[in-house]
Amino acid sequence: MIEQIEHHPLDELLRVDRIPHIWCSTCGLGIVLNSFLTAVRESGISRQDIAVVSGIGCTGRAAGYVNLDSFHTTHGRALPFATGLKLGNPKLKVVVISGDGDLVAIGGNHLIHSARRNMDLTVICVNNFNYAMTGGQFGPTTPPGAKLTTAPFGSYEHPFNLPFLVDSCGATYVARWTVLHVRQMTDAFREALEHPGFSFVEVISPCPTVYGRRNQLGSGLDIVKYYREKSVVRNDIDTRECEIELGGTIVVGRFVRKRKPTYLEKMNEYLRQSVGEAFVPYSGPVDDAGD
Amino acid sequence: MKLWRKPLDAEEKKPPRGEVHILIERCKGCGFCITFCPKQVLESSTDFNRKGYHPPIVKYPERCVNCGLCTIICGEFAIWTTPAEEPADGGK
Repeated sequence: MIEQIEHHPLDELLRVDRIPHIWCSTCGLGIVLNSFLTAVRESGISRQDIAVVSGIGCTGRAAGYVNLDSFHTTHGRALPFATGLKLGNPKLKVVVISGDGDLVAIGGNHLIHSARRNMDLTVICVNNFNYAMTGGQFGPTTPPGAKLTTAPFGSYEHPFNLPFLVDSCGATYVARWTVLHVRQMTDAFREALEHPGFSFVEVISPCPTVYGRRNQLGSGLDIVKYYREKSVVRNDIDTRECEIELGGTIVVGRFVRKRKPTYLEKMNEYLRQSVGEAFVPYSGPVDDAGD
Repeated sequence: MKLWRKPLDAEEKKPPRGEVHILIERCKGCGFCITFCPKQVLESSTDFNRKGYHPPIVKYPERCVNCGLCTIICGEFAIWTTPAEEPADGGK
């Protein structure tokens, strides 16, 4: 067997023994992981100060491939776990990387409430318009007309417009990019990591094996070429205007960036007023090495 | 690239040069690096790797400007670029 002499610059942030990952050829999830790790390296955050949480699904595998503190939660419960992690150690940067089926379908309730509380989390939602790992069932993001295993004649439900959903619930950073916009996506991840409050980045990703095959969209390369032709950058627009239709234009950009007190800031401020001087805000676990 | 006039600092500023590194056994042959390289440096190999995919090969190494797009668009962590030294003949 040939010894691997050269090392990829991101190998120190990867669990190299688990690479190659299970994601299909031309799937966009590897690109999202690559951009995220590049953003972590560029932002200069120490590896001790960041944690990655993910749920179930193809995207949920991401937590197993990063050489950071990470946890692979039960289906849909990535956000409650991340909320607990953040409250337990407020100094930690908590990142949730999960798919649309996990975050929006089964975990939809947690998504709207995390956004409402403006919990200081970074959420990367990879949207491939279906439940890919379980064989391609249609879900709450499937555009009308798209054919899938459980919608052989096409889906007729009205899908979620994710930026509008989280914006209306109170998210303070909302962006959407496709996997082709690697530079903008990396910048968005870095900005979301530095942004205090609920930051939501939706990434449109090709699923060549299920969604692409059922809808005759070609290989993942063809789908990414379609993103190049049909995506329009419109920053700071009203999030109502960025619905996705099958074969239509994909509006991408940074839609919302505003400052609002986070959950912990609100809590500390309120309790300081109501309890008075006796209140000591919790600032994380005490390092017992010094005691 | 067409230039309307010769840049005033053309003597002192040179385009950066890069060197492409490929781990052929990690590649899954998606072709993103080959298709989206702005300088068309890469080409699909006719050989197979151990998994049966066609990894990219560097066809025009002198064209690489170390932009790093292949590094970041590779979902398999199989390709990256590093700054390269300017050859003695100025790349001609």
